[in-house]
Amino acid sequence: MSAIAINPVHRVVRFYEAPIGKKAIMALTGVILFGYVVAHLLGNLQIFGDPDQINKYAAFLHNPANAGLLWVARSALLLAVGLHILASLQLWKLKNDARPVAYVKKDDAAATYASRTMMWSGPIVAAFVIFHVLHLTVGAVVPLQEIAPNEPNVRANVIAGFSNPLISGFYILAIVLLCTHLYHGLWSMFQSLGFSHPRYTPKLKKGAAIFAILIAIGNCSIPIAVMAGLVK
Amino acid sequence: MRITLHIWRQRNANDAGKMVRYELPNVNHEMSFLEMLDVLNEDLIAKNEEPVAFDHDCREGICGMCGCMVNGMAHGPLPGTTLCQLHMRHFKDGDELYLEPWRAKAFPVVKDLVVDRTAFDRIIAAGGYISVATGSAPDGNAVMVPKEDAERSMDAAACIGCGACVAMCPNAAAALFTGAKIAHLGLLPQGQPERQQRAIAMVAQAKQELFGSCTNMGLCEAVCPKEIKLEVIARMNGDFIRASLSGR
Ligand code: HEM
Ligand code: FES
Repeated sequence: MSAIAINPVHRVVRFYEAPIGKKAIMALTGVILFGYVVAHLLGNLQIFGDPDQINKYAAFLHNPANAGLLWVARSALLLAVGLHILASLQLWKLKNDARPVAYVKKDDAAATYASRTMMWSGPIVAAFVIFHVLHLTVGAVVPLQEIAPNEPNVRANVIAGFSNPLISGFYILAIVLLCTHLYHGLWSMFQSLGFSHPRYTPKLKKGAAIFAILIAIGNCSIPIAVMAGLVK
Repeated sequence: MRITLHIWRQRNANDAGKMVRYELPNVNHEMSFLEMLDVLNEDLIAKNEEPVAFDHDCREGICGMCGCMVNGMAHGPLPGTTLCQLHMRHFKDGDELYLEPWRAKAFPVVKDLVVDRTAFDRIIAAGGYISVATGSAPDGNAVMVPKEDAERSMDAAACIGCGACVAMCPNAAAALFTGAKIAHLGLLPQGQPERQQRAIAMVAQAKQELFGSCTNMGLCEAVCPKEIKLEVIARMNGDFIRASLSGR
């Protein structure tokens, strides 16, 4: 028997009640979302391949034979994003309650810009994702073109969308914010899950910065190429 | 040198409080920060005004009693330094300084710059100790400790519980403090028997005291007078997660 008394609630409740438990959930869901961002980018970069390459890829994803898998992936992503946002809102409330009287003067310059703006970059990226799905998946913003049923003409839809400077501008803004969110998130999740080491953590931070910037460059290259007339 | 102070004045826990401006025309640059406040207080007493209440004890940077925000930085602008070890030579003639108490729900203001930090005591009481057999003293080196672990444990044990980490943290989290205590004990063989329960109990207590949640911003590390590293927070996270997953 140990001398330390712990609250006898169910272990799952106790885990999630603790801020550290919520942070662990944010880190794990963050990994899933990061994985999706990478996969999504690799898929999209096919727009720089043969004119019909990306449409073939889209037809493969939309093939009714793969519909089950597609919905499993979509549900997993929705669950991940839901848990990520739920935990972030609960922790945000905790933060606001924890300091009811603000400082007259506060100097936060020692923290990175990215870490100070997680509750801005995250929600704006989420708002963008909703718009993006309505735009290019649902077709609620502009009517989408199809080659055949279940064969969207992704190439034409992307070119039409990004020819609009407002859509491209919002896209680029969201990607830059995603880049800062991932810069802090990608090394932060190791810390949240318990890994920190004086030799590896500084390298992790550099790696996170490089990854975040590469993802931003990759994603932004598409609207920029469309607007510059390089992808027709 | 001439220093202008804006100090948070609050009569008691129920008073609303406000910033009050004081001019100090003749500050000696060899004074410590607290000596400057002593001089101000002597002035105030001579004028029959209420002196500024601030916590202090050792004035040697070892007890953890002193501390307030100076221009938005806990313990002032000098890294690795308690307020009592900060000297006026680090400021220049004409500086305007804003002094505010640590701000956190868990640290209610008692008076002026003095806050109640007993929430930290309750976190310690929840699990920041080890069980030992009482009786005759044990043999000096009966329990072997790897040198590196001993050093890291000592580094964490340097925490004096001043509360600067909470004060500086935008989330008012007590992660650096709690992490330091958990790492200090958990790095030593003597701390192993209760390691899992300790992590769970101390983390739960910090939540109950209404401290916020760490977002790995690192401002605590930047102002900690004992330069405790963010690594102790990762260690606490790891201990907590492992205890939650593997506990029976
Ligand atoms: C409404 C949407 C979102 C909000 C409010 C949000 C908020 C947050 C917050 C507050 C953190 C914790 C950061 C910290 O501890 O310093 C975080 C971490 C993270 N976020 Fe998000 N986020 C959102 C969307 C996203 C999206 C869309 C992605 C990926 C595409 C993402 C990826 C990550 C990653 C990888 C982490 C690291 C996990 C960790 O710190 O342990 N987030 N997010
Ligand atoms: S008065 Fe003891 S640490 Fe400052």
